Amino acid sequence: MGKVKIMLNYLWGIMIVLGITVGVLRGEIGEVSQATINSSKEAVALCITMLGIMAMWTGIMQVAKKSGLIASLTKALRPFLRLLYPDIPKDHVVNEYIASNMIANILGLGWAATPMGLMAMKELKKLNHDSEVASCDMCTLLIINISSLQLIPVNVIAYRSQYGSVNPAEILGAGLVATICSTFVGFVFSVIARKLSYRNGHR
Amino acid sequence: MRFLIYISDYIIPFLLFYIIGFGLLNKTNIFDEFIQGAKDGFKVVLDILPTLIGLMVAIGILRASGALNIVSDFLRPLTNLLHFPSQLVPVAIIKMFSSSAATSLVLDIFKEYGPDSYLGRMVSVMMSSTETIFYTLAVYFMAAGVKKTRYTLLGCLLTTLTGIIMSVIMTKLVF
Repeated sequence: MGKVKIMLNYLWGIMIVLGITVGVLRGEIGEVSQATINSSKEAVALCITMLGIMAMWTGIMQVAKKSGLIASLTKALRPFLRLLYPDIPKDHVVNEYIASNMIANILGLGWAATPMGLMAMKELKKLNHDSEVASCDMCTLLIINISSLQLIPVNVIAYRSQYGSVNPAEILGAGLVATICSTFVGFVFSVIARKLSYRNGHR
Repeated sequence: MRFLIYISDYIIPFLLFYIIGFGLLNKTNIFDEFIQGAKDGFKVVLDILPTLIGLMVAIGILRASGALNIVSDFLRPLTNLLHFPSQLVPVAIIKMFSSSAATSLVLDIFKEYGPDSYLGRMVSVMMSSTETIFYTLAVYFMAAGVKKTRYTLLGCLLTTLTGIIMSVIMTKLVF
């Protein structure tokens, strides 16, 4: 976490210093000055569009949660998780966390997914005897998480709408195919890597 | 592959229909719950606003100064070889480190070329099929006190690369 913060620190600083330097050298400093003011205004305009779309989505998701839909989706995910995590005891609470994390990611609720994912990691750590070396289960969890299987990228739709797209949702189908492919690759990689680690005596 | 555009039109209404229908059948207080949930959405957006202002200003400066163009001109010979638009290279790289910084770059592309342009569509697909690798790994492994991450990074880079390649292919096929 600390390292990431420091990295963003430098990234942000360098972007601004570099941008202004290049601007001076190329004689575009007037544009740079305007961009500074306009960009901050734009961020707020964007967030107003996002308020609408995001609130609509979290509202609908609350309905899905309270009606028991998310719980039943989580249950439906179980057999699939057995393939990815063959070693986790069937009734272990970590199954619940992993499934909830995955469902939240699929539904585009990234902020709700992270707490679930962290709880899953803590449980996996116990199963891994507090080792400093990641278990296969941890690797799988992260790889599948990063492969970003996602039904609706709510943010992307909001951005497209704010910048005047005629049909902001038109990219959903293409995005879904792309993300299914990347998750499939992550799935196959995780299963193979696990087999290879077992052969080398790793768990 | 054009049918995917029609399917896209169905995804949101179908999900709404399914979720609301499910709620009605289970006698949930759907409207009350919706209102409650929508309030949470406000919080989510307000939480990212300061980050977004900071990063959009930085990207705005980079764009106005011409620095972004210099970078993509510099990368063009290489990306032409890979059939990947040079303008999207910064997004693909930054996305691995910071989601909000990548977002600011995406918005810059929407502004320059329009969200419905070839580049605009490709970057939209790319954003929906890639994740912030390094940030996520740091947060998760920190929580588990893990120092040796073994094959995780390799797997993550592989899925991300697949996502990027598929975004290019799908954008070419569908639109």
